[in-house]
Amino acid sequence: MATVTDVRTQERVSTGAAIWSWITTIDHKRIGVLYFVTSLIYFLVAGIEALLIRLQLATPDGEILDPDLYNQLFTMHGTAMVFMVAMPMAAAFFNFLIPLMIGARDVAFPRLNAFSYWTFLGGSLLMHSSFLFGQAPDGGWFGYANLTSKEYSPGLSIDFWGLGLLVLGVASVAAALNFIITIINLRAPGMTLMRMPVFVWMTFVTSFLIIFAFPAITAALIFLEFDRLFGTNFYEVAEGGDPMLWQHLFWVFGHPEVYILVLPGFGIASEILPTFSRKPIFGYSAMVFAAVAIGFLGFSVWAHHMFTTGMGTIADAAFAGSTMLIAIPTGIKMFNWVATCFGGRIRLTTPMLFALGFLTTFLIGGLTGPMLAAVPLDLHFQDSYFVVGHFHYVLFGGLILALMGGVYYWYPKITGRMMSEKIGKVHFWLMFMSMNLTFFPMHFVGLDGMPRRVSTYAADMGWEGWNMFISISAFGIGLSVLVFLHNLVVSYKKGEPAGNDPWDARTLEWAIPSPPPEHNFDEIPQVTHRDQVWYDKYGEGHGSAAELSKVDTSVAEHAEEDEEHDVHMPNPSYWPLLVSAGLTIAAAGLLIHILVAIFGVAWTIVAIYAWSLEPASDPPNEH
Amino acid sequence: MSDAALAHEAHEEHPTSTGLNHRKILMWAFLGSECIFFGSLITTYLVYRGKSVVGPYPGEILNIPLTSVSTFVLLMSSLAMVLSLAGFERAAGAGTDEERRRSELKKGRFWLLMTAVLGTGFLGFQVYEFYEFVHHGLGLTTNLFGTTFYVLTGFHGTHVGVGVVWLVSLLVLSYFGKVKPLDVELGGLYWHFVDIVWIIIFTLIYLIPS
Amino acid sequence: MSTEAAHTDEAHATTGHYVRIAIILTILTILEVATYYVDIPFALLIPLLLVLAGMKFALVVAYYMHLRYDSKLFSGFFFFGLTIEILLLIALMVLFGIRSG
Ligand code: HEM
Ligand SMILES: [Cu+2]
Repeated sequence: MATVTDVRTQERVSTGAAIWSWITTIDHKRIGVLYFVTSLIYFLVAGIEALLIRLQLATPDGEILDPDLYNQLFTMHGTAMVFMVAMPMAAAFFNFLIPLMIGARDVAFPRLNAFSYWTFLGGSLLMHSSFLFGQAPDGGWFGYANLTSKEYSPGLSIDFWGLGLLVLGVASVAAALNFIITIINLRAPGMTLMRMPVFVWMTFVTSFLIIFAFPAITAALIFLEFDRLFGTNFYEVAEGGDPMLWQHLFWVFGHPEVYILVLPGFGIASEILPTFSRKPIFGYSAMVFAAVAIGFLGFSVWAHHMFTTGMGTIADAAFAGSTMLIAIPTGIKMFNWVATCFGGRIRLTTPMLFALGFLTTFLIGGLTGPMLAAVPLDLHFQDSYFVVGHFHYVLFGGLILALMGGVYYWYPKITGRMMSEKIGKVHFWLMFMSMNLTFFPMHFVGLDGMPRRVSTYAADMGWEGWNMFISISAFGIGLSVLVFLHNLVVSYKKGEPAGNDPWDARTLEWAIPSPPPEHNFDEIPQVTHRDQVWYDKYGEGHGSAAELSKVDTSVAEHAEEDEEHDVHMPNPSYWPLLVSAGLTIAAAGLLIHILVAIFGVAWTIVAIYAWSLEPASDPPNEH
Repeated sequence: MSDAALAHEAHEEHPTSTGLNHRKILMWAFLGSECIFFGSLITTYLVYRGKSVVGPYPGEILNIPLTSVSTFVLLMSSLAMVLSLAGFERAAGAGTDEERRRSELKKGRFWLLMTAVLGTGFLGFQVYEFYEFVHHGLGLTTNLFGTTFYVLTGFHGTHVGVGVVWLVSLLVLSYFGKVKPLDVELGGLYWHFVDIVWIIIFTLIYLIPS
Repeated sequence: MSTEAAHTDEAHATTGHYVRIAIILTILTILEVATYYVDIPFALLIPLLLVLAGMKFALVVAYYMHLRYDSKLFSGFFFFGLTIEILLLIALMVLFGIRSG
């Protein structure tokens, strides 16, 4: 294929051209890699922030961080972990995998996809640039009004936060729209909805949640910025405004957001577990419907974050009830995963270990969830380290462990090389042990009354033992991340060549070369079964000797045919980047000077016109 | 239509899994998302209704007769919009009947222009209304009513403005043979959406007395 | 493969059809505005206005935006967003009502 070799020769020609090809790329696989690398960097940044926090809390009356800096660090840690690590790292997987898994050549709107990435980059850089001015956001990741008002938070810190999040919201919604349409419309022939891999389903539900949840926080942030920049009264108590409005709008977004964070983890685990148990996923349709149910119910529980605000008994009871209801579909998923492993021929590879680690830690986080949903308990737990323990179990255990498993699982597909299993196992055990040792004791200090978001505590509170223990364990997590990075780098150069299908896996991406050619599939595959690639390899009773309908999927044989299939890939474009830049400048302009903002808007408009007038691909009659 | 545009069109009609056009699904999904956005603005207006601590209050200042007219103008722009789309569609379906194609295209363009003109008219009313309100002492920051009212109707007005620019762009592009019925349809969906948001705003903010 | 063209079979894409809808919309708007001039008990007024607005809304969505003839998928997106929003609106009005009541 001309296009593929083009890119490769360019890379050999000069680094300039190589960089240019990344800047203008609209290939979903490369965009996925961009997402991954960027979110990994933010993972390190936010992780270092967490370690600084732990350093401060290791001893009573710690003096490493002053309270101001402490506030900035936990705020940026939380915000970055949620919006610049968890979501984009999930997006990296969506990008790389969705078209491959459904048998498509790209996403539905390749340029919009590039736009999503660059906008994410712009928004995250905008927010992080606050560190340069010593004005990092310090209002907590949920930025409660009216602590965030101009009166209580003078300076620009909250504006960096609000405007940064607005830009990030645009990126997320654009990406989610793209995936929804890709999944609806670009499935290979025969890939019915109920044959899609569970990961694709989870992406689908996640994307739905994004497009319906983000507008609420967008509105809330617009109110906030109007209050701060133009002096409106949305959260102004003296004028009759009600800070509760922020809490409601924030959590109307915020609760679906936690599912936005964790469903991709569910999806990844649902791909890894069957492959290494050598059984199809147990209860596929229950899995799908449970996710859809979680998606729906997720919109009805937001006020469980607000039990201590005095909503009244009836409201408290209603939200406690709806929250407990969510435990049912979540429980269904748990049982299905366990049943998938049950009686399977389990291979304990690194990805499998991470998936099993995900199962156990998510279970613990899932059990403390309903405890928090019980109003009388929550009245005590609220704002204590018990909560911090709870959500790190779900976020670290439910998401980060699953993502790590995903990296080990798909790294061979992405790079063409295996990651070291030996280092991988060290990584897993170190990370798994340390994270449990870090976050489990947080429940204890929480029950002992240690509040979250305080920069220090007195020696006579009796918390110092556990805190020291937690801090030491946290550095264990830090070490495990270094092991992981080491593995990423070493394997990239020295890993064993992976071949098409190193795991003997099930889904379509394993039928094509690693790394996949730019156009993914020489021929769009025909899908007849859920675990198509297993079916192709083993026939109906896969795993048995039956290799009746063995269909050859090796690409080598198709290689000569290749030239005939003149696959049309859309042209690279730099307009997405320029539109994102315009948006970011417009947002930054609100911090600097209104003229800069106007300039940014004008730039954006011009770039949008240029984008829409640029043909997406060469007309076919040119060839 | 120019050759390039025709080829472009043929290229876009790749089979999709559902037979539906990507961009049209995109537009509807986007509108679903916009429901939540405007819904949040409207909800905010409603929960703050009657909570202003100083005047002017809505009852003293809202001009129902004037807004009824502007509402009607926006409603009629929706009619113009569907007529425009019908023109473009019939022109595209005219086949070899060149004369019919021309006349339908002309109608399509005329109604497109009318839509934009009526939309601009609506914006004119809104500017006048804001001007009057400010004159009567209701600024953006005066009280909760001013805050919620201006932000809600302002964001709606911005949407109308974007719509007008979009429609005018379509109109201009149509002279270069670059506009397909689908392009008009998508602009139209957006336009009607902005109209139905106004239908709600008109009732909830203007007509229901407070 | 495209069923795109099918939905606008000339029958309901005619000018007359669109104009008829516009006339109904106009009448409904006149009725709405009339409530401003006529004395109607508050308890009746609000449901009345909501019904009128709902009818206008439905007419535009069904006929001008073609949802009646178009794929159910489009209705799905739109009404999903709309339903969530209406439920949220009601819930928040109730919650804020409790607070100030
Ligand atoms: C490297 C391992 C991590 C450690 C040691 C760690 C530690 C902490 C600590 C000690 C706090 C509480 C600060 C305070 O309340 O004073 C915190 C808050 C938080 N963390 Fe982590 N964390 C880690 C990873 C993560 C991950 C992976 C996520 C999400 C994907 C995450 C999300 C959050 C959030 C949302 C907050 C709340 C911030 C706020 O209160 O506004 N953390 N973390
Ligand atoms: Cu929640």
